[in-house]
Amino acid sequence: MISEGKKTLWNDYQKEIADDNYFYARSCIRQNFFPGAEKTFLKILKEELKKDVYDDPRHTTCTGIAYHSDVVSLETTMTVVARQFALMTERGYRNFVPSCITSFGIYTEIMELWEHHPEIEDKIRHLLFKATGREFKVPANLAHSSDIIYKYRNEIAGMSKFKLINKNTGAPLRVVEHIGCHYARMFPHKGIGGAEYPCVLSGLAETFGAEVIDYPERRACCGFGFRQYVIQANRGYSISCSKRKFESMAPYKPDLIITNCPGCPYFLDSWQYVISEMEGKTYGQKGQGIPVLTFEELSGLMMGYNPWDIGLQMHQIPVEPLLDKIGVEYQQDDKYCDAQGRTFGKPVIPEMIKIC
Amino acid sequence: MRALKKEVVIIGGGPAGLEAADSLNKLGHAVTILEKEERPGGKLSNWHKLFPDNVSADGILKQMIQKISGDIHLITNAKIRKISHEGKKYSVWFNEGQCIQAEAVLVAVGFDLFNASLKEEYGYGIYDNVITSAELESMFVNQKSLVTATGKTPGRVAFIHCVGSRDEKAGFRHCSSMCCVTGVKQAIEIKKRLPGTDVMMFYMDLRMHGRFYEDLYLEAQEKHHIQFIRGRLSESSENPDSSLLLKADDTLAGSPIKVRADMMVLLLGFVPTDFHKKMGEEFGVEIGSDGFFSPCDSHLDTNSAKTTGIFVAGACTGAKSLEYTLADARSASLKIHEFLLRSPSSNILN
Repeated sequence: MISEGKKTLWNDYQKEIADDNYFYARSCIRQNFFPGAEKTFLKILKEELKKDVYDDPRHTTCTGIAYHSDVVSLETTMTVVARQFALMTERGYRNFVPSCITSFGIYTEIMELWEHHPEIEDKIRHLLFKATGREFKVPANLAHSSDIIYKYRNEIAGMSKFKLINKNTGAPLRVVEHIGCHYARMFPHKGIGGAEYPCVLSGLAETFGAEVIDYPERRACCGFGFRQYVIQANRGYSISCSKRKFESMAPYKPDLIITNCPGCPYFLDSWQYVISEMEGKTYGQKGQGIPVLTFEELSGLMMGYNPWDIGLQMHQIPVEPLLDKIGVEYQQDDKYCDAQGRTFGKPVIPEMIKIC
Repeated sequence: MRALKKEVVIIGGGPAGLEAADSLNKLGHAVTILEKEERPGGKLSNWHKLFPDNVSADGILKQMIQKISGDIHLITNAKIRKISHEGKKYSVWFNEGQCIQAEAVLVAVGFDLFNASLKEEYGYGIYDNVITSAELESMFVNQKSLVTATGKTPGRVAFIHCVGSRDEKAGFRHCSSMCCVTGVKQAIEIKKRLPGTDVMMFYMDLRMHGRFYEDLYLEAQEKHHIQFIRGRLSESSENPDSSLLLKADDTLAGSPIKVRADMMVLLLGFVPTDFHKKMGEEFGVEIGSDGFFSPCDSHLDTNSAKTTGIFVAGACTGAKSLEYTLADARSASLKIHEFLLRSPSSNILN
């Protein structure tokens, strides 16, 4: 692999990212999957980087999953998106930051569509006003939340307590990344590093000291793929997609998978458990699986946040082996306790995946 | 024979420029060739053997260069700056303030090869064992062994057709027409040098339109057992041992396939040069939708530009084989000769 070749390519895929004053749009599913990820993002931006971020409780789903599953029409999706923009406008913000990759793809696609077809934008303005009485401005800047973290990666690394380095050996941890299909596949120039060799996550991991591994099935879908999973009869496609990736990355012995899409960490995490139960096969070392973190969780962990405060106990694949390698101290007894110290119940111990 | 004391400037010292210079010289004209490189020959300088009959490219080029004598003046390292026009005279400016005047200008700047790194999913410049057809040809020319980045003889080589051709995403819709036969020629050459190496060709459809090209295609299959897979490569990636994982659709078998290859050769399309983009308008030569020069009439006058006194020849008007390039150059020479004969200032010597 010629790393210089990638760096040359990356020069063509840099994008403008606003410095401050962000209107944040949450994912409709992340709260259920890994609820600490978005909270961690907001904490880093507000408390560490001292940025102005508005988290509006009135906003809704962007309809992305329904749109890509052909459940709602594009017109409906555009009107819902227009409402999100109206909320941003009403609050006096111009920089829109979605948490979800699919939302980022939806917003990008619609803004691009409106740019080329202003008559469609006019129609949606009319529909939104008729339905809600709201008006909106198109965002001056659209960036995914991973773009923001990437932009401030050096500042975050500067404030971090840990590095992605094995504390026992001093060797960089081996990381594989998965950016999610909707981040840059549709519009490569809207993603940092483009679609084929993206650097939004690999750049972040390297800033934390990791060695990023490129593996043959890196570009393949995580297995979510909406129709592959949402339609129950298709779930075999979903798990086979994920399995193909695990088989491909396993020879490189990765210590960690990092992702920036709501579905990707969930499927790359949970299907490891399912494959272990179905076939008795585990990936990663010592039968413990390969831990999967979102970029916000990783950033929070590096900054020294308590792993249980940022929701790492919600992962199917245990993160403790990773914490041990990095040197993060944690209280095992607190793993399944809420903020008030009350136990919320321990999951059943899996048969195949080794917990610790 | 009647001769003219006329000056013609030829921009480009590749096969078209050299052949036109020889023809014009034989017709009695004084010719100056302005070549941007250190040596004349263009892309032919980096060519091993010519399809379909395996004639030495170097031998052909040497014969062409030997004809540069008498009233043919060759200036190398000449970077064209601008052209100006006054009366019947054209002034071609090059390098730092140097100028040559002529009564006719032949543009024979040829073509460039597609920048393979733009097909990012193929990994050229990123994966260790991805090379271009031009680099492979250069290995043949320089008698270099075909080995992988780790110095091993490749067990399997995959050729990818239409890299930068017939590809809207890459910005080039046109067929480069010469890559298919180039690929087949190169695949056969590999089999001759490395009989134990498997060679696969991933193609959309094979456009073997020249005389005896089909024979070469048949030879590749029957004699050398080269495997032809009808399907475009969707992406490649690198395996832990630096070999490549290729994903494509086999459209004849009707299924997606994954293939491991030790080396991948990208058959590059012909694309317009920087000269087309920068100087075409200044020279008064129309540019077609494919970016190449367009003559004033695509059937009856394929060598005259829309501006009087400016002519075009060779692959600068679209991809051509050497055979057609040379014929086109001779055609352009006659057209220039006719133009100069009609010129009121002609000084015809008997």
